[in-house]
Amino acid sequence: MKISEIRDLLNAKVMTGEDILDHEVASACCSDMMSDVLAYVKDQGVLITGLVNPQVIRTANMMDMVCIVFARNKMPTEEMTELAKESGIAVMCTAKRAFEASGILYMAGLSRNAED
Amino acid sequence: MSEALKFHFDIDGSDFSSAGVASVMVKKKLRQLSYDPEVIRKVSIAMYEGEINMVIHACGGTADVEVSDEEITIILRDKGPGIPDVELAMQAGFSTAHDNIRNLGFGAGMGFPNMKKYTDYLNVDTVIGEGTTVTMKVKL
Repeated sequence: MKISEIRDLLNAKVMTGEDILDHEVASACCSDMMSDVLAYVKDQGVLITGLVNPQVIRTANMMDMVCIVFARNKMPTEEMTELAKESGIAVMCTAKRAFEASGILYMAGLSRNAED
Repeated sequence: MSEALKFHFDIDGSDFSSAGVASVMVKKKLRQLSYDPEVIRKVSIAMYEGEINMVIHACGGTADVEVSDEEITIILRDKGPGIPDVELAMQAGFSTAHDNIRNLGFGAGMGFPNMKKYTDYLNVDTVIGEGTTVTMKVKL
């Protein structure tokens, strides 16, 4: 799935990363606990979260993730958006809740063929 | 035999929002030097966990990264309270972090287990009331 499809499916607003919307991602992870993301994520390109702080961007960077979706209209700060831009990570915001956003992406095929 | 690359960072412990800056820098530098992505990933995750730990528990400290032909060594030094029971701290899920830290997305008790998981060598040298030195190595 292309990052642009995630934007369309979630009716999300892209804050940064317009230039990588054509990038393909195969799986996603939904968590507010960055410790868990660091512990369990492997080859998951997308992070869906309700947590908003610079550590979300840094954690995604550490895990080589390429797209962060902030749920429930949470807005990243300018500092966070800048950090994401430097790291080559697309950031978008959706009005949907994290559970709903995850469900929509899963039904559309994201993560369904990925292992674990 | 090329000369070892060295990086030194002072980790500011007063501001949680800046925790991880050094790890992001190291990751960027290793990428520029075209190291194996899997090695970069291990080094940066392990260092990031350690850096977060230093900010949460020890008001910051220093981080030194040394890259040789065989391995990358990360040494994190702090003058924090020390760790009373290292074995317990190594257990997955054990954490002494407060709720305010959990609200920031950390403190799940996965710091040390993760550092162990992503490195080939981990040593914790700690003295109560004096501080802790964590040494990690990732083979190239």
